[in-house]
Amino acid sequence: MVATRERSLLPTEEPLSLLRKDGAPVTDSPLAMPDDEVLLELHRRMVIGRRFDTQATALTKQGRLAVYPSSRGQEACEVGSVLALRTEDWLFPTYRDSVALVTRGVDPGETLTLLQGGWHLGYDPYQHRVGPQCTPLATNTLHAVGFAHAARVKGEDTAALVLLGDGATSEGDTHEALNYAGVWHAPVVFLVQNNGYAISVPLSKQTAAPTLAAKGVGYGVPSVLVDGNDVAAVYAVVREALESGGPTLIEALTYRIEAHTNADDATRYRTSDEVAAWLDRDPVDRIEAHLTARGLLGPARKAEIAAEAEDFAASVRAKLNVDHEYDPATLFEHVYATPTTHLREQAAALAEELA
Amino acid sequence: MTASVAGTSLSMAGALNRALADALEDDPSVLVFGEDVGPLGGVFRVTDGLAARFGETRVFDTPLAESGIVGTAIGMAMNGLRPVVEMQFDAFAYPAFEQITSHLAKLRNRTRGNVSLPVVIRVPYGGGIGGVEHHCDSSEAYYTHTPGLTVVTPGTPDDAYRLLRDSIASPDPVIFLEPKRRYWTRGELSDVAVPMDRALVRRTGSDVTLIAYGPMVATALETAAAAVEEGWDVEVVDLRTLSPFDDETVGASVRKTGRAVVVHEASGFGGYGAEVVARVTERCFHHLHAPVLRVTGFDIPYPPPKLEEHHLPSVDRILDAVARLQWDDEVVRGYGA
Repeated sequence: MVATRERSLLPTEEPLSLLRKDGAPVTDSPLAMPDDEVLLELHRRMVIGRRFDTQATALTKQGRLAVYPSSRGQEACEVGSVLALRTEDWLFPTYRDSVALVTRGVDPGETLTLLQGGWHLGYDPYQHRVGPQCTPLATNTLHAVGFAHAARVKGEDTAALVLLGDGATSEGDTHEALNYAGVWHAPVVFLVQNNGYAISVPLSKQTAAPTLAAKGVGYGVPSVLVDGNDVAAVYAVVREALESGGPTLIEALTYRIEAHTNADDATRYRTSDEVAAWLDRDPVDRIEAHLTARGLLGPARKAEIAAEAEDFAASVRAKLNVDHEYDPATLFEHVYATPTTHLREQAAALAEELA
Repeated sequence: MTASVAGTSLSMAGALNRALADALEDDPSVLVFGEDVGPLGGVFRVTDGLAARFGETRVFDTPLAESGIVGTAIGMAMNGLRPVVEMQFDAFAYPAFEQITSHLAKLRNRTRGNVSLPVVIRVPYGGGIGGVEHHCDSSEAYYTHTPGLTVVTPGTPDDAYRLLRDSIASPDPVIFLEPKRRYWTRGELSDVAVPMDRALVRRTGSDVTLIAYGPMVATALETAAAAVEEGWDVEVVDLRTLSPFDDETVGASVRKTGRAVVVHEASGFGGYGAEVVARVTERCFHHLHAPVLRVTGFDIPYPPPKLEEHHLPSVDRILDAVARLQWDDEVVRGYGA
């Protein structure tokens, strides 16, 4: 389905794309357009993902989530990359990738456990082949490389997809991970969602490199620059990279429409004109326009998906509106495989204090 | 299973090499990697011959990047392997600190036991070898202050073998601190199985307990021998595993002797010895005849080689501490008693 292009260490100067801003197909793209069923599914998941995202932001205002880092505007990356994963592949996400997690099938309540504050992680990584959401930036890149290398050692055809942002590319671990992946030829896809800002710091203060994708050549890692608001293109380049058997650095150009989190004030560091320009490049509108123009998406299906998204949002509310009882005794569990005498004593002391 | 090692005489480095070889032999999921651990066999030759014997898929050199070594080890362990990695020297492990403290130590807890990370990080540590700066740190307190890590340090070749085998078999991440000044000390291996989380009484005595670990076990035993002339019968406890701490063995010894001195090379302030003193005092207060003292390195950056002898706890300095333990029940000036 996806044509095999020659893999280059250097990215193209212009981002690869399949859909123009208005949804019309790019005629001379070196990428192969995904099948219609795939495009329809990408659209459906993006609509649901966006509804999830707005629901989560709303839940912070109601005090049900401690904090929520929105990925509004980045749905093409969140959904396109995850749907490109094959069953046996693994995803290594960050704290901003809740939409990617629910797209992968992780329960939305479990996805939000970390941000809701009930525990540091809500899901079993092995259930959906999703590594733990990573908060310290770029550290997950090395986990992905190690995981993928281990798969190769064990003779398994498993690739790892690691999500990171533009800010994370300045962290040392990103460089070490790209270097290790290059030396080991590990099947890892580094998807950099370049959304323009690391909290408030713009890319111009982050790097002097011509593009983030251009950094791949320094590690011998094939690199791709892609339009990160074009879900068809993101899907195509990620799938191609996953099937390549080696490492790939992908920079996807996108934009964080919301502030860093609900606790951030983005008006302090960017203009409303800039945001408006990116709203005009909305990734959901783009795939919708494409599918509509081709007669693949009509009012009936749109209404159906909207209803499904509402149901999903309602299920998220229902899960998050439950007042859980938190057992303090669980604090002492799983620090070590077998509880130590020392921790048993502290658990007993806390229990006595609460008695 | 590999053959029994009992009766074999080896240096500590040799015992560690044997432990790695036996673990690689017994468990196909064990991998050994780090800087120069492949064909060279490590700068201390602890991995000598392993790459040739087990192949470079299982024993291999990595790029020179310590966060990368530990970060990829975490990923490999998540995928079912048992990485045993080497940090070339104590101070060169610091670039990996974030991976160790934020991920390796916490992932079992974060995932409520779903993710187990059986990773061993071998760290040659401590001074006394004439090393230039950044080659002689005693970094144990950084790790013992991190819940989720098991911190182990052998004092003898026998323990080096046994504790490394146990560490590799452990389901928890282990920081395995190797006292590099004792790498060349020879000793006989035994087949006595002491659980890795138990301290060992290396020498029994009735007057005072020296609590030591790693490189200071030999120094404490030397001190005990020298103390005989002074009329003191000294007991030496080798902690072996610094965290979790064996309160039972240490407490039993101190309750018996009523006096204790904690010895380590690392700086004293905020150091591991402070924790030991606190625990002993809290649990044995009514058995103590004197404050529990510490003999440690000074609170200075590790000295250059020409001056390190003044920094490292010596037999004389430990004997001086023993002498201050209120043998005539008078208040010792300067200790605030």
